[in-house]
Amino acid sequence: MAELRNFTLNFGPQHPAAHGVLRLVLELDGEVVVRADPHIGLLHRATEKLAEHRTWLQSVPYMDRLDYVSMMCNEHAYCMAIEKLLGIEPPLRARYIRTMFDEITRILNHLLSLGTHALDVGAMTMVLYTFREREDLLDAYEAVSGARMHAAYYRPGGVYRDLPDRMPQYRQSKWKDAATVDALNAARQGSLLDYLEDFTNRFPTCLDEYETLLTDNRIWKQRLVGIGVVSPERARALGFSGPMLRGSGVEWDLRKKQPYAAYDRVDFDIPVGSEGDSYDRYLVRMAEMRQSTRIVRQCIDWLRANPGPVMTDNAKVAPPSREAMKSNMEELIHHFKLFTEGMHVPQGEAYAAVEHPKGEFGIYLVSDGANKPYRLKIRAPGFVHLSAMDEMARGHMIADVVTIIGSQDIVFGEIDR
Amino acid sequence: MAALHEFLTSLFGAATPTIWIVLQIVAIVLPLMAVVAYLTYAERKIIGFMQVRIGPDRVGYWGLLQPIADALKLLVKEIIIPTGADKALFLLAPILSIVPALAAWAVIPFSDTLILADVNAGLLYAMAVSSLGVYGIILAGWASNSKYAFLGSMRSAAQLISYEVAMGMALITVLMVSNSLNLADIVRAQGEGIFASHGVSFFSWNWLPLLPMFVVYLVSGVAETNRAPFDMAEGESEIVAGFHVEYSGMAFAIFFLAEYANMILVSALTATLFLGGWLSPVSFLPDGLFWLLAKISALLFFFLWIRATFPRYRYDQVMRLGWKVFIPLCLVWIVVVGCWMMSPWNIWK
Repeated sequence: MAELRNFTLNFGPQHPAAHGVLRLVLELDGEVVVRADPHIGLLHRATEKLAEHRTWLQSVPYMDRLDYVSMMCNEHAYCMAIEKLLGIEPPLRARYIRTMFDEITRILNHLLSLGTHALDVGAMTMVLYTFREREDLLDAYEAVSGARMHAAYYRPGGVYRDLPDRMPQYRQSKWKDAATVDALNAARQGSLLDYLEDFTNRFPTCLDEYETLLTDNRIWKQRLVGIGVVSPERARALGFSGPMLRGSGVEWDLRKKQPYAAYDRVDFDIPVGSEGDSYDRYLVRMAEMRQSTRIVRQCIDWLRANPGPVMTDNAKVAPPSREAMKSNMEELIHHFKLFTEGMHVPQGEAYAAVEHPKGEFGIYLVSDGANKPYRLKIRAPGFVHLSAMDEMARGHMIADVVTIIGSQDIVFGEIDR
Repeated sequence: MAALHEFLTSLFGAATPTIWIVLQIVAIVLPLMAVVAYLTYAERKIIGFMQVRIGPDRVGYWGLLQPIADALKLLVKEIIIPTGADKALFLLAPILSIVPALAAWAVIPFSDTLILADVNAGLLYAMAVSSLGVYGIILAGWASNSKYAFLGSMRSAAQLISYEVAMGMALITVLMVSNSLNLADIVRAQGEGIFASHGVSFFSWNWLPLLPMFVVYLVSGVAETNRAPFDMAEGESEIVAGFHVEYSGMAFAIFFLAEYANMILVSALTATLFLGGWLSPVSFLPDGLFWLLAKISALLFFFLWIRATFPRYRYDQVMRLGWKVFIPLCLVWIVVVGCWMMSPWNIWK
């Protein structure tokens, strides 16, 4: 009898479901996966090495480009690590703004994750619906930072500037008549906070719509329930975090366990799953979006009532005001030093982690007291999740591999770094 | 018609019948190709509206020339033949998949008299020819010498065999109640019955008394044409494009045309077998071709609608649905219909 060999399939790096540049070497027995071997590194940009040659502030935009769907959360971890070394605490208003934008980022990330997950499973309409809502949130990003994706809004010591009082407006053009423009601008008449409040009013209905399309859909359930099951013990042992861990039923969330920013001042719940399969992870993400909306709401109310500074007044970290610089020698020197060689961070090492939409995103910094880090190490949650690919996919079919990739919510910017 | 026929006789003499049939074929295939082209446009527009976007609107008014632009683009593109491919079979495959999709139209009755080949085994012919289409897909997957294509063609072979059975079983009940394999007779039989004599033949059509079979046939039809949610042979997010992953240019376009021609064919067969073909739903409106077209359009809309709504089934789930749900259901329903016809409540006398 002829010798039977398994069928080896090179899944990616150019593949519609590879979420970027994942290369999976799949060993197949018919359609059943015998071994899944993820190969990474195709999007490696040496962020950690680059950071060693940039000043502390110049590396903030690199953080945006790590997990390029949850930009501000990456910045947050980086800024927190620097603040830890500097021993400073940003003003409360800055912490609230960070909390609010972390949650906006979480919604952005989960919307993309939901849309692409559904697209992977074959429900292509979902991704266009979620992008409709993402568009509104990206406008909020643009309003505070000027950039839709790579914001570079958080700074060590606070945030770049206070929230804008008015939103940019759509203008009439060949493609948009007066009525369309009015409809688009209806929510943009007030400040950014008014705009976001309007969004938080609308968004739960949108979530209900997504749930109508997916949650009880028989095909969706058949494709997700029981796929890629991870027990709570294994999830812990594998180093999972974020929705991947909570989907397995472990109640672990850095926002509650070691609160940072203003998370100890807002009220929210941690949704957890019970089975640890792809469907539970999907439900956890849906529930997290509802919780994020709740947090954004509370931040809006607080930020409305409490104006104040958004940047630390420590002149060794943040540049002084223009006015002070023009009239005061000391401030002029600070300005000169900050804009030529940048801030200096005291010698030492620090690890700061945030509850990133994908899990625990950590930055480990070593400083030798210079104006740039001696060493920067990024702890990317997606890397850990992807390394469990083999365990999760074994025994499932090719179509399930795609479901698992979707439910792991992989983004290569952070995995390859 | 008669005058045209005489004119042709004077021109071609003995060859007239052949020429006449060729002309009839052209009269079916040319509009069909145009409909296929515009079905792709309709799909993009309809799904576009379902997905809160606009769809093509740059080429011509409302993007109406888009299908033509697409066809031109594909015509001038190179047909890349992979080095490891079996060249002859690779090029034969798209032809094999489009020919059955067009040939089956020979027996579709467009109206009481408009029918290319009014053969008594029409239904058998349609079944036989439409199941040949799978050879094109299997050959394409095999001849490409690509792993993705190979997986796609294996999937589609398994899928088409399973759903062919369910479809055939569903059709057995149709020919039981209409006592004929002739498609025109099947349509005529649907125009009779208790409801039809009261002026609403809509309720006399096969879809109501054979409702489970109608559903089975329609779903199998979606599976048979490899459309979402049964598009595992293509399975974009899993096996990239499945059987036609290595095809480009016109060879790819022909697969594309075949898929859409098959959709229209299945819709036409469903309309003929279950929805009364050219018959009008109510007696005060005249029968005619436009009823058939309206029914086909409604069914095509259904095809597009479910594509925009549902996630894709997994390969084994499709098999399970076919073998464990549809085929048993069909077997039971054949017995039920048989008993029904033997009972005093027989409505098909």
